[in-house]
Amino acid sequence: MLEKTGVPTKEQVINEFPDESRINEGPVVVIECYKEIPCNPCTTACKFNAIHIGEDINKRPEVTEEKCIGCGVCLSKCPGLAIMLVDGSKSEKYVHMTIPYEFYPLPEEGNMVEGLDRKGELLEKVKVLKVMNPKSYDRTPLIKLEVSRKYMYDFRNIRLEED
Amino acid sequence: MINTDIAIVGGGPAGLCAAISAAESGAKVTLIERDGELGGQLVKQTHMFFGSEKQYASTRGIDIIDILLEKLEKNKENVTIMKNTTVLGRYEDGVITAMEDENKYLKIKPEALVIGTGATEKFLGFPNNDLPGIYGAGAVQTLMNVYGVRPGDKVLMVGAGNIGLIVSYQLMQAGVKVEAIIDAAPKIGGYLVHASKIRRMGVPIYTSHTVKEAVGTDHLEKAIIWELDEKWQPIKGSEKEYDVDVMCVSVGLSPLNELLVMAGCEMQYVPELSGNVPLRNENYETTAENIFVAGDSCGVEEASSAMVEGYLAGLTAAAKISKIHPDYEKKKADYVKQLDDLRSGPVGKHIRAGIEKIVRR
Repeated sequence: MLEKTGVPTKEQVINEFPDESRINEGPVVVIECYKEIPCNPCTTACKFNAIHIGEDINKRPEVTEEKCIGCGVCLSKCPGLAIMLVDGSKSEKYVHMTIPYEFYPLPEEGNMVEGLDRKGELLEKVKVLKVMNPKSYDRTPLIKLEVSRKYMYDFRNIRLEED
Repeated sequence: MINTDIAIVGGGPAGLCAAISAAESGAKVTLIERDGELGGQLVKQTHMFFGSEKQYASTRGIDIIDILLEKLEKNKENVTIMKNTTVLGRYEDGVITAMEDENKYLKIKPEALVIGTGATEKFLGFPNNDLPGIYGAGAVQTLMNVYGVRPGDKVLMVGAGNIGLIVSYQLMQAGVKVEAIIDAAPKIGGYLVHASKIRRMGVPIYTSHTVKEAVGTDHLEKAIIWELDEKWQPIKGSEKEYDVDVMCVSVGLSPLNELLVMAGCEMQYVPELSGNVPLRNENYETTAENIFVAGDSCGVEEASSAMVEGYLAGLTAAAKISKIHPDYEKKKADYVKQLDDLRSGPVGKHIRAGIEKIVRR
């Protein structure tokens, strides 16, 4: 499936998520790096040793959820844009999800934008909570969004409405 | 006649790194580039690189040039840069001829030569494939990212390797609609993270599909694709039509090897390395003495490995003419390990198999 279409199965996605109890404690990374490729900047970026790849840079990253503080530094460093943050500590109905987004114009805080799944199909309108684009992110801005908890495993992208 | 210790042909990632490494070893280096700027394909690579810190991972290709040029600048007393200069031939007495600015012939006599000429895009045969609007994906990337020219409005991308996927993404960044990405192979060839990031923008990827024909009078107006069965034969009735004004063909690269052939290097066709490549030893020296090779011209791979090959070939070429870096052994071991690391996983399997065929110990 993934190797033919670029879309992982729901099982593959859920497998990369921490337990909901961890998500409800605060922000944590979800890394969707399903295939072994020679790449390890996520481990170099993490100051908390929460991401492990090891000597063989072809191995897939492993996250130690207890060590991850959800700072988001690795999100803009991943050349595959394969990392996002999920935070279920804010409300029962919504989760906060942070994704890398390299398209202009950037959304603005407070905007409602289209929340998309892994096929680019519309799930629901989501609220932009924060747009982070400091120099250290090197032109890979991060967008924090308020997403219905029921779409936690489906949401992966946004689209701004065309005017 | 220009005399130099080492002439390096090609100012892309491999040639730049070879120049840095040879100059750091104390050799006088002449770096020859046919384009007006150094950097080769890096000049249009706006995406972040894979690999590890030593290959500048997570830095964008366009910014890696600056890192390499800075390293070159630190060794400027050992480096002569010739831009807008095309190497035309290499003769039995070891002299190479080149043309500068399309009007001045030069003769250069190096002690050793490093060839880093890179690769060229392959093309695909189908009816009307010469219609304006049908490009190589590399050409589209150059138009967009170097010259700021929008290639068209709607694109069909042919090829789901890394270049096809990355250029599709960059087309979307430039505001151009990508209608679909197709690939004749049954599986996506590029990194799945690239595939997923373009797929989640709503661009479908169709594996086991190829181009049936292009339609248009004086430019591309429509592309017709069809599905392939498990024997790669087209399935009648499976045709799909796309109203597109651009088709990008991204079906792989072939090593640019003319100078190597001319120099008498023993060559071999190695499909895993995408074409005719020179036999070489572990120092990247070919069967023609003092002629070294690095980058895509000795086997099509990623730019990360081209850079490391360049560093290694520059180091060993300098040593061959007695300009031995004080940390020669340590540096060599490090480059060899970096290359092993980059190639040791499943995506490096075909590269390992190809190299096995050409390395003479």
